[in-house]
Amino acid sequence: MSAGDIGLARNEALRSQGHLARALSRLRRKRIAVVCIGILIVIYAAAIFAGVVSPYGYDDQDYTVIRQGPSLSHWMGTDFAGRDVLTRTIWGVQNSLIITFIAMATGSLVIGVSLGLISGYFGGRIDTLVQRTGELFASFPDILLVIILAATLKPRVVGWVRALEDHTFLTGLVRSGVADYLVISVALVAFSWFGMARLVRGQVLALRETQYVEAAMAMGSSTSRILFVHVLPNAISPIVVTVTMGMGVFIGTEIVLGFLGLGVQPPRPSLGVMLREGGSISALRNAWWLLAAPGAAAALLLLSWNLLGDALNDVLNPRTR
Amino acid sequence: MGAYVLRRLLWLPFLLFAVTLVTFALGRFGPGDPVVVMLGARYTEERAKPIREALGLDRPFAVQYVDYMWGALRGDFGESLRFRGRPVWDLLAPKIWVSLQVNSAAMAVSLAIGLPVGFWIAHRQGTWVDPVTVSLFLVLMSIPIMVSIPFLMLTFCLKLDLVPCSGWGGFWDLRMIIPAASMGILGVAGLARLMRASTLDVMGQDFIRTAHAKGLSGFQVDSRHILKNAMIPIVTVLSFSLAGIFTTSFIVERIVGFPGVGNLLIDSIFNRDYPVIMAFTLLGSTVFVLANLLADLSYAFIDPRIRFS
Repeated sequence: MSAGDIGLARNEALRSQGHLARALSRLRRKRIAVVCIGILIVIYAAAIFAGVVSPYGYDDQDYTVIRQGPSLSHWMGTDFAGRDVLTRTIWGVQNSLIITFIAMATGSLVIGVSLGLISGYFGGRIDTLVQRTGELFASFPDILLVIILAATLKPRVVGWVRALEDHTFLTGLVRSGVADYLVISVALVAFSWFGMARLVRGQVLALRETQYVEAAMAMGSSTSRILFVHVLPNAISPIVVTVTMGMGVFIGTEIVLGFLGLGVQPPRPSLGVMLREGGSISALRNAWWLLAAPGAAAALLLLSWNLLGDALNDVLNPRTR
Repeated sequence: MGAYVLRRLLWLPFLLFAVTLVTFALGRFGPGDPVVVMLGARYTEERAKPIREALGLDRPFAVQYVDYMWGALRGDFGESLRFRGRPVWDLLAPKIWVSLQVNSAAMAVSLAIGLPVGFWIAHRQGTWVDPVTVSLFLVLMSIPIMVSIPFLMLTFCLKLDLVPCSGWGGFWDLRMIIPAASMGILGVAGLARLMRASTLDVMGQDFIRTAHAKGLSGFQVDSRHILKNAMIPIVTVLSFSLAGIFTTSFIVERIVGFPGVGNLLIDSIFNRDYPVIMAFTLLGSTVFVLANLLADLSYAFIDPRIRFS
């Protein structure tokens, strides 16, 4: 068998697998992507099991070790209140993880994809309504909408959660930061859903004209079958790339909100707040580790998502190479 | 095409109406009261009442909104609530000018690095240089600006004493270097990739082969034929970046203490200074929507297959 035949045989073998499986096998051969996935798994696993992994509590104060450099008992040092910086970083990543995943799952995936499907497939008035509403959300410059939403919604939502606590048996909701998660996620969703909806709509418009969708219509397939069996799977590549690249944007925006004091409220640690405190010149001069741990965590997360998104783009959209 | 542009332009006022209504409503929805913030610890209902009446804050929501918009339409954005008696426009204009300079400097850095790098790696397509360079700029892009700026400050201003530390000194000031560089580097990866794609597109054309065949040196082909044609889509697409030209420096201004619009706006949000927030949203949205329209049109210009209907 010549090299060409082997190549052909290999292609045959690959063709029998699904589109995503083929993409995954190509992704596995990209060393950078594998490393990124590994880093993400390690960081997120640590964040999910923060209660088990972290050596201290996130608001445990030890007044004998105020603002001390890295040591064996405090790997990344302690802050001005004698709290372990590594522990707070891990809990900060957990907050970032919860918020970004809620926002991505609800905003981009559920709202964005379904509105995009509906808007593109049915067209007409629904399409106009979705597009015009989306344009409204997209008309706010940059992250201004996120900032305004976070600043104005928060006190109200905290009030609601407190009322809920008073009227039911639930306790500790406000302390657990539920209100913060809710407000920040809503702000991120408002900022991001339309991008996904527009992308999916474009894909659907193109796919609707394909022969296999026409054939499915002619055979009398139900609308949901056409959408979820024929259209959506064929639009999945750009969705995957957008979600991966969007994670970086979400993490960055959550950090910006924390930095401005609009993120998760103290005493719960937030990467943005830690970066602000560690980034002042006086802190940097005397206690560089305050910036090092949260900075490294944030940079590693952003880096992994960005490089992974880049690799996925190469693998899933080969035409753009 | 003309009808399409006209329709988009006619749609603009409605969009801006909706944007301002949402902003105004959100300001009301938030529980903060500008008069409470204004009076601080001295707040009592008797003291607040005359101020509310003087500012017209006791009127119904709809009346306030219509009144505000009527003024805005005639170019009167009202007075700031926090800085009593200062017209919003006088407050905003100098800050917008500062932000404009910061963002322009950052964009200059992005262009100065991104375009040559993109052009260069297009010539190295298929070698290790190409993916490694792109990855390198993705790595640089991933460092949050609140980490990179303090780190650069510590190194170049405190340790090496090469540049002054903080404060605003105008576009050509040394203190602009660190913020502009750290902001500019964020845009390099995207620009380089765009330039690379555009250059590769031109390099594959027949007239480039002809130019080589008639014996032009590589440098002449590059400068006279490839570069000029590769720049066409870049220039048009750049109109899109205009959209962010006075908003992307929010955080940087906060860190290095530039008196830009970002700082003013964030303080205004915390102080419930609605007139300032409204005026900025109105201006920002107008620029943003127009820039997006420009970008959409530029895509049609680059790729004649795109038709608007």
